[in-house]
Amino acid sequence: MNELQFLTWVRGPGLDVAVGIFVLGVAWRLIEIYTLGRRPDLAAPRHAAGASGLHTVFRRSIPPPGMLKRSPVSYIGGYVFHVGLAVIVLFFAPHILLITQLTGLAWPALPSQFVDLVTVVTMAAMLAVLADRIVKPVKRFLSTFEDWFAWTVTFLPVLTGWMAYQHLLLPYTTVLALHILSVEVLLATLPFTKLFHAFTLIGSRWYNGRINAHKGVPV
Amino acid sequence: MSATLEKGIHALREVIDAPLASYFSSCVHCGLCAEACLFYTETGDPKYTPIHKLEPLRRVYEQEFTLLGRLKKWTGLSKPVTDDELDRWQELVYDSCTLCGRCSLVCPVGNDIVYMVRKLREGMSASGHVPDGIRGATKRTVEVGGPMGLKWPAVANVLKHAEASTGLPIPVDQAGADYLVLLSSMEIVNYPEYIEGLAKIFHKAGLSFTLASDAFEATNAGIQIGNADLARVIVSRIVDAAERLQVKNVLSPECGHAYMAVRWEGPNLIGRPYGFRVVHVLELLDELREKGVLKMKDKFQEPFILHDPCQIVRRGGVLDAPEPLVRTVGENYIPVVDKQKWNWCCGGGGGASAIHTEEAEALRAKAFKVKKRQIEAAGVKTMVTFCANCRIVMEEAIDHYEMDTRLLGLTELLAEHLED
Repeated sequence: MNELQFLTWVRGPGLDVAVGIFVLGVAWRLIEIYTLGRRPDLAAPRHAAGASGLHTVFRRSIPPPGMLKRSPVSYIGGYVFHVGLAVIVLFFAPHILLITQLTGLAWPALPSQFVDLVTVVTMAAMLAVLADRIVKPVKRFLSTFEDWFAWTVTFLPVLTGWMAYQHLLLPYTTVLALHILSVEVLLATLPFTKLFHAFTLIGSRWYNGRINAHKGVPV
Repeated sequence: MSATLEKGIHALREVIDAPLASYFSSCVHCGLCAEACLFYTETGDPKYTPIHKLEPLRRVYEQEFTLLGRLKKWTGLSKPVTDDELDRWQELVYDSCTLCGRCSLVCPVGNDIVYMVRKLREGMSASGHVPDGIRGATKRTVEVGGPMGLKWPAVANVLKHAEASTGLPIPVDQAGADYLVLLSSMEIVNYPEYIEGLAKIFHKAGLSFTLASDAFEATNAGIQIGNADLARVIVSRIVDAAERLQVKNVLSPECGHAYMAVRWEGPNLIGRPYGFRVVHVLELLDELREKGVLKMKDKFQEPFILHDPCQIVRRGGVLDAPEPLVRTVGENYIPVVDKQKWNWCCGGGGGASAIHTEEAEALRAKAFKVKKRQIEAAGVKTMVTFCANCRIVMEEAIDHYEMDTRLLGLTELLAEHLED
């Protein structure tokens, strides 16, 4: 298989398989989790301002009092790379083009040089959170193979995408094919790893907020 | 009822629900929950990270409720939960977790971690991996009536003393009273002034109350050990007494876990809503304060800080009553930085104070360092609280560190300064 055949495969059957696993996987996992249901709380509820599932969905995006100081890399690094990933995925012109081809939806892109800068910053933030995971005793203690794996499959699409844009190291066609392949690995593994928090985070925050709101505690 | 690993795993399967599944699926191992847990912050030992305490439950969830986990189980790739493992986990689930719920407030993906620990305890209890101290307290509560083995005649004796010293009647088994008053054994034995204070306040407010000779104990060791069946037996005594005496309200004592048991877990344990209202004593006092009944003859002058008991405030929702009350009675109240729902636990809630092994006691003393810093930072010699268990745990720690700090119960402090 030469470079062109490789690129053709990742753009064709490869993408179909990856998107298929992603869509079915996400649907399956969501059903598997949320159809378990929960028992109604029979205690008489107490009402309090600011206490609800929805409040907690938003409130948890902000560091609780004192926590930023206790773990600055988690919060700052976390914010930067999450926002960075969103900017790269949603506002880089070629990505929008792909989405338009698939769905017909379109929106304005950000200048490529700006996305390039965001990419570098995102990678730096991801390296910082990785270093933090290695250095901090609690994070290192909690880390399993899955944590290192999840970091890697998230980092590779960013790195290869940046290499393709910068025309670094390998021929463009090869890097582009590797970039698409790495995205496919990310898509196919997301539903079955901790990366699935991208979907369950809203449910988790909502449940926590809802369950405690029943007692009148804004959490 | 003999406890086995099989029963333990079965109990865990029974408690797994959508919130728990969502929580486990969301955890990214960021470890921020450790920063909210006093057992981690005061020891620096990563094994006390709250989410790590749930590892056996997480594996049961994964192996029994997820496609990939079941696949891993069939192919022998996953590690089954064993008796030996649960035995090692006992320290993490009981000695070093007070169900304080501070971790549930910080998790960035929103996991209610204490919700999960409470569930794990059902499996620990069914598989027999519980500390002897809590096991004993639960046995005494079921068989005798209270965690300290206190029987009614002893309680009646304390009530008689309270009647004599206040000159007020303390009714027992009186149908139709406004309030059925519950107590905790800890109060009856160590802080009988609470009962005197209450009698004075009820008299002043013109409210009727009664005690029930067959349901005086409010605490529920069944919840602390994690056995819903026993917890149901214990809470049913109160429900039966309240219904028999046809009271409108049941008054939960200062004790934090008692409030959690009667107010929030009770209806879910018996499977139906109550026909009466459960009120924490501070809620009643705050109602009386708002009505202007709670007038002070003078104010407590010493500077003091407030310790908000976890199960009443952060976990129980009595958020706004404590501060106005302490400001009513105290001239020099100094708010601490981490107050109200952010307060740090005394270190002995959730049944932990019933564990008397050398390791558990040493760990509690270490965990208290966070309270010690709060006291020292405020530069006060008095701390006011409203939970008999918090109080005794902190008094022990204060002795341990040879500190010059006095603890006061809020209800009795209010009663002491109440206008005659």
